[in-house]
Amino acid sequence: MSDNEVPPLTVSGVSKVYQVRGRDRRTVTAVDDVSFEVAPGAAVGLVGASGSGKSTLAKMITGSVRPTSGEIRFGDTSVGQLRSAGLRKLHHRVQMVFQDPYGALNPLHTVEYTVMRPCQNFLGMSAAQARDRVAELLETVGLVPAGQYAAKLPHQLSGGQRQRVLIARALGSDPELIVADEPVSMLDVSLRAGVLKLLAELRRTRGLSLLYITHDLLSARLITDEILVLNQGRVVERGQTKQVLQLPTDKYTIALLNAVANPFATSRGGLGGSSPRGGTDEAPSANGSKANGRRTA
Amino acid sequence: MALLEARGVNVVYEPARGQRIWSVREADVTIEQGEFVGLVGESGCGKSTLGFALTRMLRPPARMPSGQIRFDGTDIASLSGEQLRRARRGGFALVLQSGMNALNPVRTIERHFRDVLSAHARPGDDLSRDRIRRRAAELLEAVRLEQAVLSRFPHELSGGMRQRVSIALALSLQPRMIVFDEPTTALDVIVQQAVMDTIKDLQRERGFSAILISHDLGVVLEATDRVMIMYAGRIVEDQPARVMAHGLHHPYTEAMLDCYADPRADVVKLGGIPGTPPDLSLPNVGCSYAPRCPLTEEICRTQDPPLYPLAPGRAACHVRARMAHVEEEVGSVR
Amino acid sequence: MTVITSVPPPEGGLGGKASPQARGGPGGSSPQGWYSAVPGPLRFIGRALRTLWGNGKARAGLIILGIIVLAAIFAPLIAPHSPTATTFAPYKGPSATNWLGTTGNGQDVFSQLIYGSRISLIVGLCAGALATLVAVTIGLISGYRQGPVDEVLSFVTNLALVIPALPLMIILAAYLQGHSVWTIVLVVAFTSWATGARVIRSQTKTLRTREFVTSAVFSGERLFRIAFRDILPNMTSLVAASFLAAATAAVLAEASLEFLGLGNPSTVSWGTILYAAQQQNALLTGQWMMVFAPGLAIVLLMVSFVLINFGIDALSNPRLREK
Repeated sequence: MSDNEVPPLTVSGVSKVYQVRGRDRRTVTAVDDVSFEVAPGAAVGLVGASGSGKSTLAKMITGSVRPTSGEIRFGDTSVGQLRSAGLRKLHHRVQMVFQDPYGALNPLHTVEYTVMRPCQNFLGMSAAQARDRVAELLETVGLVPAGQYAAKLPHQLSGGQRQRVLIARALGSDPELIVADEPVSMLDVSLRAGVLKLLAELRRTRGLSLLYITHDLLSARLITDEILVLNQGRVVERGQTKQVLQLPTDKYTIALLNAVANPFATSRGGLGGSSPRGGTDEAPSANGSKANGRRTA
Repeated sequence: MALLEARGVNVVYEPARGQRIWSVREADVTIEQGEFVGLVGESGCGKSTLGFALTRMLRPPARMPSGQIRFDGTDIASLSGEQLRRARRGGFALVLQSGMNALNPVRTIERHFRDVLSAHARPGDDLSRDRIRRRAAELLEAVRLEQAVLSRFPHELSGGMRQRVSIALALSLQPRMIVFDEPTTALDVIVQQAVMDTIKDLQRERGFSAILISHDLGVVLEATDRVMIMYAGRIVEDQPARVMAHGLHHPYTEAMLDCYADPRADVVKLGGIPGTPPDLSLPNVGCSYAPRCPLTEEICRTQDPPLYPLAPGRAACHVRARMAHVEEEVGSVR
Repeated sequence: MTVITSVPPPEGGLGGKASPQARGGPGGSSPQGWYSAVPGPLRFIGRALRTLWGNGKARAGLIILGIIVLAAIFAPLIAPHSPTATTFAPYKGPSATNWLGTTGNGQDVFSQLIYGSRISLIVGLCAGALATLVAVTIGLISGYRQGPVDEVLSFVTNLALVIPALPLMIILAAYLQGHSVWTIVLVVAFTSWATGARVIRSQTKTLRTREFVTSAVFSGERLFRIAFRDILPNMTSLVAASFLAAATAAVLAEASLEFLGLGNPSTVSWGTILYAAQQQNALLTGQWMMVFAPGLAIVLLMVSFVLINFGIDALSNPRLREK
């Protein structure tokens, strides 16, 4: 599939409001009027802490959750209106890499089975054809020799290997857009670079668009060209990644920058002065837990 | 006298008949009063197992076949049952990775405090509801939570709050030492930083010794006085935190440091550590890091390096030790 | 109480390390030689039995069950006489020729006991299997589909739970005058599927939220495939436990129905021995063995199922499926 066939992803004025039943009836706004675009072949980062709405946005973009208002278009398909048949067609083109490499793999299925299924379901391949494709995909994600990894079960693999299997699975349907939801946050620090490099490489060689969701600015810096910083469902800052990180304007972005663990940083004050620590437990509006407001849906 | 002195701790894990995995090999750990020490390594290196061994929380199929653990002069490796329970009060406590898993989902937070305080109560202790509630409120305040949390259930709290509750529960027994096992790994960066700050402040204020177990060297270096690096069940480096960011270190430590970078820099390069750790069910010959190490020499393949002095601490690397020795000699000649 | 209950294993969890069997080296834990020629499902059963054997209680259960099964299969060889032949002196206590005495019709109780194991086993296992099949189907669908499908199926399940089983069985058995073993099987299965369905529905609801189910949806899998290939295998031990529980109840139910005279009095089963014992006032005539022996046999069969159930948890362990 050549680059100019990959359509852009357009998110316009999308909001998600939940009605919460329980002790006090109230509404929770997980996502508040967010708009952005992922150009064909681009890599965009959605950055924020838990409760920022980034996961909810990811679910809306992949069709798991319906937006309360606004529109999400992938090419000529309006994602918010899809039902199960339409969703299946969407998943052919929009795939997801999940956060928990252990939880996202069925513990009783071999690697081969997991990676085969999208090839059979979306590309109409026979079992034999799908197996060949699985071997190719495993090699692409660096799990070589492929024949050996194909027969393994998840508990026999390390975290980094499992994540690679998940990436191979996502590639199975030959997608145009990959939504990666915190793909390395549950991996050891030493394993992250490998997986991130793989994602960047895949994007380059296959012309995929990438939507990268994370709370870690360092990995966002490595993979994305542009980022959006989300706080409590709203976009508080956006721009070219390097620029936003070197010259942040929003207090929240600064807080996120300060939170990146860096053994080489001389001071944690960061840019723009006041660090939001000291005395208060959580950084401002990062996690409205005390007010019982935020839920990451 | 050091608060905790452990010598030659070995832990073997026997999940099925005939399978033996040496999770920890010959670990020596010394913790002074009031010291904050980090224990860092990749998943599976044995750091959590060592932390559990030091607090006597190992469960079958893991066991400690040999080793001495002296806590405040008493050998706790041989204690069991009631004696061990008594040693826990005013002794040591353990805070786990996932607040959710360590808290009982059908009990309120206040009830948790009541359980802990009454389980370890000494005769004559006041266990009235008021007293417990006051004490709990004090502890919650110390971890920067409001008193209203007492009447909540664990699932009503956020991850960061649950972790703070776990810390408060650990503090309730006024321990001399607390072991934190990956306390912030499951939390997002901002909450992680806030919780770590709280832990640091508490440690400074109350003066307990602490062991912070984590796979994230960056987080550990920001909080601790001293860091021990573990690889394949062995402690391979032991240095004060302030010297970690520069100078020569064990190649594994150096590789880990390469995994960090400043996202604001003009050019950002991130390293990873290729390869996988060795199979701990097989006996190892030579240095266990040799297969992944860029500095490997012949001696590395045949001799397991001891912890050589590598000023100001120690590192288990033949090559680094030799280089440091050569520098010393050159320095003294000049 | 904050209690730490488990030791962290060397693999799994955050960024987990690979398990010792499966490091870079070729083949991992693949078995050698003839063993790998045995087809998958049989290998699985073989390992399952070995796993059960490893658990002390389950082993005891397997032994008891094994004895009963062997008795049922080799009944003609073990029983000294025909169970229905009325050739002996009636109302006799245990003697050299009739180890457990004779019935009021002059039949050998011991032979009846041996042959009777067949009915109890067949009804127990078949009714248990049928009930579990229904429970799995209804539980899976109701747990996976939300909305009206779930509401309807849950309602039916609750209804079946609320109606007292034994009275319903009695009514059904009396009404359906087929009086064959299979009638009993159907009646018992029909009244005991609901508990299993409830449990399976709950577990399905939990598993449904696991990320690998979402992953399966993203892989284009359809509802039935997800329910039966993704979720069900992860409930193996639950289904097996349900089956054993249903079989236990079925054995007792069958015996009860026979005892009440609702079965076919010409078949020989432990329940009919008890029926005869009651009709013939066995306790008054001093033939307590006629009451005790079948009662003990029923209990032993049920206990064997219960004991095996103790070892069932290990069956959901993915290590059993390693190639």
